[in-house]
Amino acid sequence: MSTVDTTTIAPAGTTWAADPVHSNVAFEVEYAGVSIFRGSFRDFDATLEGSSLAGSARVASVDVKDEQLSGHLQSPDFFDAERHPEISFRADELSLADGGTVAGSGELTIKGITKPVELKGRLAAAPSVDPFGRERLGLALETAIDRNEFGIAWNAPNQSGGNYLGDEVTLKADLTFVRQAD
Amino acid sequence: MRVLAVSGSLRESSFNTSLLRAALEAAPEGVELELWEGLGDLPLYDEDLEHDVPESVRRLRGDLAAADAILFATPEYNGSVPGGLKNAIDWASRPAREGVLRNKPVAVVGASTGQFGALWAQQDLKRILGIAGARVVGTEIPVARAHERFDSEGRLLDGEVFEQLRLHLTTLASEAVAANDRVAA
Repeated sequence: MSTVDTTTIAPAGTTWAADPVHSNVAFEVEYAGVSIFRGSFRDFDATLEGSSLAGSARVASVDVKDEQLSGHLQSPDFFDAERHPEISFRADELSLADGGTVAGSGELTIKGITKPVELKGRLAAAPSVDPFGRERLGLALETAIDRNEFGIAWNAPNQSGGNYLGDEVTLKADLTFVRQAD
Repeated sequence: MRVLAVSGSLRESSFNTSLLRAALEAAPEGVELELWEGLGDLPLYDEDLEHDVPESVRRLRGDLAAADAILFATPEYNGSVPGGLKNAIDWASRPAREGVLRNKPVAVVGASTGQFGALWAQQDLKRILGIAGARVVGTEIPVARAHERFDSEGRLLDGEVFEQLRLHLTTLASEAVAANDRVAA
């Protein structure tokens, strides 16, 4: 009989892969000082092993509502998809507290620059079993970064003062994990 | 390495074209600059023409695509880039996400007879090129009071500007080498 370890995100020794259709990896940045602009990456993967999480997203798959903007985001002004086709992330020791709160530190790599980040989030109450008999769990994580530290400093002056884009970017991952065969 | 030099001025004895001619001589070893002429042949950008792209536009796109890097020289008209140069960049940037400027190493210089050396135009030009997807390298090179820095034949008299051009081209060339390595990898 196995004992469920309540301090790891997923039971120790198990491997889980993100279901890309039911997961979302997004970014948010203040726009024009009055609102929040959101974009996401369509092509990404993430793997959870016990309390270790690793993932990457393809910059070319950046998804925003304007083709011109999508092109600009992939250019050297922003992510520089040609030289740095992926952004990646790993956290080796996420911790789980009562009530499903998740915290931990990790490493984020954007534009070839790796920096430590602090994460917080939530783990869905318990793994559920889908109609195909696969175990699923939900993990939502977020972190805030200063995009300038990752070499993404582009901006445009706002007529009413300041700049159009905020420096702080919130990265949000809403991940549905499916347990992989042992 | 082939660097295309594009002047934003059509005037026969343009200071900006003269500046590019000086850059031809200032180019470090292994860097071959070629002056591109054809800005004045381009029609005004019109998406309707994309169905049967005019020969002048075909040539622009082909020449820019074939270059390892591009050096732009811009005068300043009413505080910004001349319409003709902007028009060429607009043509080169289309179709969206497939434009020939994408990831292309580019640098800007500029001359004016005023005291600011087309600084605003260069700043705008860098922004425009960045949005078109180019890899913009280096700072602005404002050549002020241009009428005092060239002789009547258009030869650059200022050794300091000549050195700046050489440094600028060295930076541009090393970026282009990195870009080529990337493609070859």
